[in-house]
Amino acid sequence: MHLGRVIGTVVCTRKAPGLEGVKLMLVQPVDHGGRPTGGVQVAADTARAGPGDLCYLTVAREAALALSESFVPVDAAIVGIVDAVPR
Amino acid sequence: MKLCRVLGPVVSTAKHESYVGRKLLCVQPVDERGAAQGASFLAVDTVDAGEGDLVLVNSEGNSARQVIGIDKLPMRSLIVGIVDRVDVG
Repeated sequence: MHLGRVIGTVVCTRKAPGLEGVKLMLVQPVDHGGRPTGGVQVAADTARAGPGDLCYLTVAREAALALSESFVPVDAAIVGIVDAVPR
Repeated sequence: MKLCRVLGPVVSTAKHESYVGRKLLCVQPVDERGAAQGASFLAVDTVDAGEGDLVLVNSEGNSARQVIGIDKLPMRSLIVGIVDRVDVG
């Protein structure tokens, strides 16, 4: 799992079956100091995150396991919103 | 698995139900000499690790599901050991 900063939302009208109703967020992966660690990714949100929130994500097969329907084509999911991280 | 140094706890209130009641720690991957290598990431603790500990982190979902014992677990990285010693060569 890794930290990420929510920087926006993504809206798709046409999408694969199973993705209906899944909120998609634009996330910049960061380290504990808030420094970007890679390219921006799109993640399914399961923690009611919003733009500006520091969150954490799970990726790969385990991302879909965060959703109620677990055989959907997602490879990143927000599973928590961070209150505090070590400095 | 990776050798990591525990940086400290990540506190969060709003989270997926499978993370409720689990200790989430921020870890820094290190090389065999203890030098930081790459970006920090998060792992769920299963061995009572604490800040400053050198730990073994497994980042693979199926093993995580087996260790935690839940089939539908959106979790990949687990701290599975506290390292006593690393011998090189």
